Amino acid sequence: MNRTVELRDLQRELYYFQIRLAIAGGVVLFAFFLLFVRFVYLQIFQHSYYHLLAEQNRVSIIPVVPNRGLIVDRNGVVLASNFAAYTLEIVPSQVPDLEATIDALSRIVDVTQKDRKRFQKMLEEGPDFAGVPIRTRLNDEEVARFAAERYRFPGVEINARLFRHYPQAKIASHVIGYIGRLSEAEFDQLEADGVAQNYSKSDYIGKVGLEQRYETELRGVTGYEHVETDANGRSIRTLRSILPVSGNNLLLALDAKLQQVAERVFGDYRGALVAIEPATGGVLALVSKPGFDPNLFVDGIDPQNWDQLNNSPDHPLNNRALQGMYPPGSTFKPFMALAALELGKRTPGYTISDPGYFVLGGAGHLFRDWKAGGHGLVDLHKAIVVSCDTYFYGLAQDLGIDAIHQFIGQFGFGKETGIDIQGEVGGLLPSQDWKQKRFNQKWFMGDTISVGIGQGYDLATPLQLAVATATLASGGRVFRPHLVQQIQDSQTSELTTIEPQPVGVISLKPQNVRQVRDAMVDVTRPGGTAAWAGNGAKYPFAGKTGTAQVIGMKGQKYDESHVHERHRDHALFIGYAPADDPKIALAVLVENGGHGASTAAPIARKVIDYYLLGVEPQPIKAQVEQSDSSND
Amino acid sequence: MTNRLLALLGRHIDRQLLWLAAALLVIGVITLYSASGENLDRVAAQILNAVVALTVMWIVANTPLHYLSRIALPVYVVGLTMLIGVALFGEVVNGARRWLNLGFTRVQPSELMKIAVPLMLAWYFDRYEAVLRLRNFLIGAVLLVVPVVLVVRQPDLGTALLIAAAGFYVLFLAGLSWKILLGLAVTAGASLPMLWTALHDYQRQRVLTLLDPSQDPLGAGYHTIQSTIALGSGGVFGKGWLNGTQAHLDFLPERTTDFIFAVFSEEFGLVGNMVLLVLFLLVIARGLVITANAPTLFTRLLAGAVTLTFFTYAFVNMGMVSGVLPVVGVPLPLISYGGTSLVTILFGIGLLMSIHTHRRLVQT
Repeated sequence: MNRTVELRDLQRELYYFQIRLAIAGGVVLFAFFLLFVRFVYLQIFQHSYYHLLAEQNRVSIIPVVPNRGLIVDRNGVVLASNFAAYTLEIVPSQVPDLEATIDALSRIVDVTQKDRKRFQKMLEEGPDFAGVPIRTRLNDEEVARFAAERYRFPGVEINARLFRHYPQAKIASHVIGYIGRLSEAEFDQLEADGVAQNYSKSDYIGKVGLEQRYETELRGVTGYEHVETDANGRSIRTLRSILPVSGNNLLLALDAKLQQVAERVFGDYRGALVAIEPATGGVLALVSKPGFDPNLFVDGIDPQNWDQLNNSPDHPLNNRALQGMYPPGSTFKPFMALAALELGKRTPGYTISDPGYFVLGGAGHLFRDWKAGGHGLVDLHKAIVVSCDTYFYGLAQDLGIDAIHQFIGQFGFGKETGIDIQGEVGGLLPSQDWKQKRFNQKWFMGDTISVGIGQGYDLATPLQLAVATATLASGGRVFRPHLVQQIQDSQTSELTTIEPQPVGVISLKPQNVRQVRDAMVDVTRPGGTAAWAGNGAKYPFAGKTGTAQVIGMKGQKYDESHVHERHRDHALFIGYAPADDPKIALAVLVENGGHGASTAAPIARKVIDYYLLGVEPQPIKAQVEQSDSSND
Repeated sequence: MTNRLLALLGRHIDRQLLWLAAALLVIGVITLYSASGENLDRVAAQILNAVVALTVMWIVANTPLHYLSRIALPVYVVGLTMLIGVALFGEVVNGARRWLNLGFTRVQPSELMKIAVPLMLAWYFDRYEAVLRLRNFLIGAVLLVVPVVLVVRQPDLGTALLIAAAGFYVLFLAGLSWKILLGLAVTAGASLPMLWTALHDYQRQRVLTLLDPSQDPLGAGYHTIQSTIALGSGGVFGKGWLNGTQAHLDFLPERTTDFIFAVFSEEFGLVGNMVLLVLFLLVIARGLVITANAPTLFTRLLAGAVTLTFFTYAFVNMGMVSGVLPVVGVPLPLISYGGTSLVTILFGIGLLMSIHTHRRLVQT
């Protein structure tokens, strides 16, 4: 190879090299241009989208549950309050193996079999992104122990939560009700009502009683915290917080001490008692026995307790005062008597001779008085005092069912009273129309005769009986019974009174009311059916006993000692006192209590004694004195 | 006196490259302070790394080129031997066999090959300068492919990519014929399915993830998704220094090393990105100017390969962070935390300086 060729080659090589270098430079420029385009796309055109993603990455919105309003009785006794406690909660969606996690946790804090079952139950009910408590009410030592090992438990957290507490436990459990975890169906309902934003899915809501009815007042307004969280979900700082607004307090007409006395004097009997202030319609006591401890529901009830409550033959979860329908029996008679006087079918002086039975029309169908042989000469006063069935059989025939339906319906029978808790039933006050519609059958006079003594188709709740009694006591002023007297605003402490406006006034002649009242006062005096219960009362005590058949005794003589306990008659009593200036009107029902005079009336007496005189009751004694009035 | 000393010290230092490198290093340290969660220890360590790397750069810049051409073969042989050693007795760290324990210290021979391969190839082509034939290119290809395959098998895709790129640039600049280039491209396209089967699972996953990051948002796609959010949410002016939420709340993985660009971009926005792109472009432009003016084939090839490798670092890293390239372990040159990459990069810049300042001395 000669030198010139080499030189020429060198130059050409250099030339080629520089072309290639230029190409490389072009590639570099093009590549950087592509990057630039990508940056512009991300940082200008997609900026708001990624900005949102970054915000969602870092900011979690955590609801702050407001303090639930307190429930306080008329004397300031707290019936429902809140306390803060630590709970250990598992977020199921973040924990792959729940069993293993719970096993590991149980080595640090106590986890009982009950806790596990409750957890399982709540897990099935709730959405899985919310924390489900495995343990509640951790003590400080347990909190410290868990905190030291928390790194081992992703998806498990300790939360300070407010718990509902019912300091009086079983007292007034049916009135107060309880709160529980929001169910899927309830959340849907809240959404339909447009208030779902006030709840998170792991929240609690009133399920029964006042807790349910006054949910809106008690709940308050949920606050929110915007919390900055890192990639591990740990919160770094609070960016913004909207404080929650506490719920309003409920001040009840109810007297907790009276309620407690009433529940105590029931002893082991099942039944109901409703006491009302006749001047206002305020409910002083509302008992349904047996009750339950609402605190069981607060952390989520465990399956064992739930089975016990739900499957007990005593049905402790039923509110008998509102939901139990019973034939009013002889407690219906004062209203019948008033109807007779007002509608001019009887005068106080009208007297019958009672042979111990009543014969209806030509067919000769016989209706027996409870007392064989009868009561002799009976006028309206005596008819109430001795509870003469024969008198009211004849009266019912003369009044006719539609007049009874029309007149007595004014006292609230046959329709809901409108009390401020839910679940009330309306009872039944029959009429010709009703029977036609219900059974497509003609009304028979025989049906009327039974209604005359509160039997037959007649059905009433203890609450209805109490409302009717209060109306009678106040001379015809009808109130809607209410448990809550005032609502206290949590922010201003301002009280809103639920005005005791009568919803209606029955026009009654005062002398007719007095006539019935005097007879009812004599019921509790010697010679009356409740003479034993009224013995020594320091106030005029108007009352009326009643008995409601549980099963028909076909052709057999009713003999209490031979009847299965649950087939015994229900005992009833209505009454008010002092009769001349009524402060309290009540109705008592004792399931399978036998006779109104022997079980229901003494309960009423003790309750009224306590309310008017402050006398603490002695434990109720078993049945005494089998007088001739004991059968009604 | 001091002026003369400075002049002596700076005799072989290219002012433009020095200032550009310094600017990038400063940006890197500032970003590192934020990315590390204001960790001064980390910043101090990186400054120390920079001092060491700059010293290496100074030494290389002051090394006459004939020394370099003389050591090309021995360095390559030593590097290749160590790579084979790694494959045989290497230590497994994090599932990859990359380190070789020499008894007194542990080294990562693949890092050395980033320099050794272009050095070797440049020396080889320079040796056969007058009579470059296809045979030479075949031998060059073998010299390149053997270490690349060894590194891919470690596995270390990022480093293999950079070695392959550096070697390819030498072949390209040495005049590899367009026909062969075209043939290579076609062959590469055709062999993609075969390459696919040869890839490790995690490498395949990375490619799949690039195509659709949302497929595996908490696994392989997580890096890309979070870094893209960081960039996008930075907007035009960024969230401001120390204010990047993606970075400071732990959403960004590897945020001081391979993904530091996401932190920078979140806090300084598009404006910051443009500054960075321009600085990188200026480094590359200066490198290409030095290459164009280099006196010999050896220096031209070496300078070109070093410059274009620098470009490859920057492009692959920013492309990966912005979600257009698969996630491979390539740091952002002069910005990412880490002494090894800093030394390698500044070694390369030292080479450029040496080539630029020694050209008159080696004229023959």
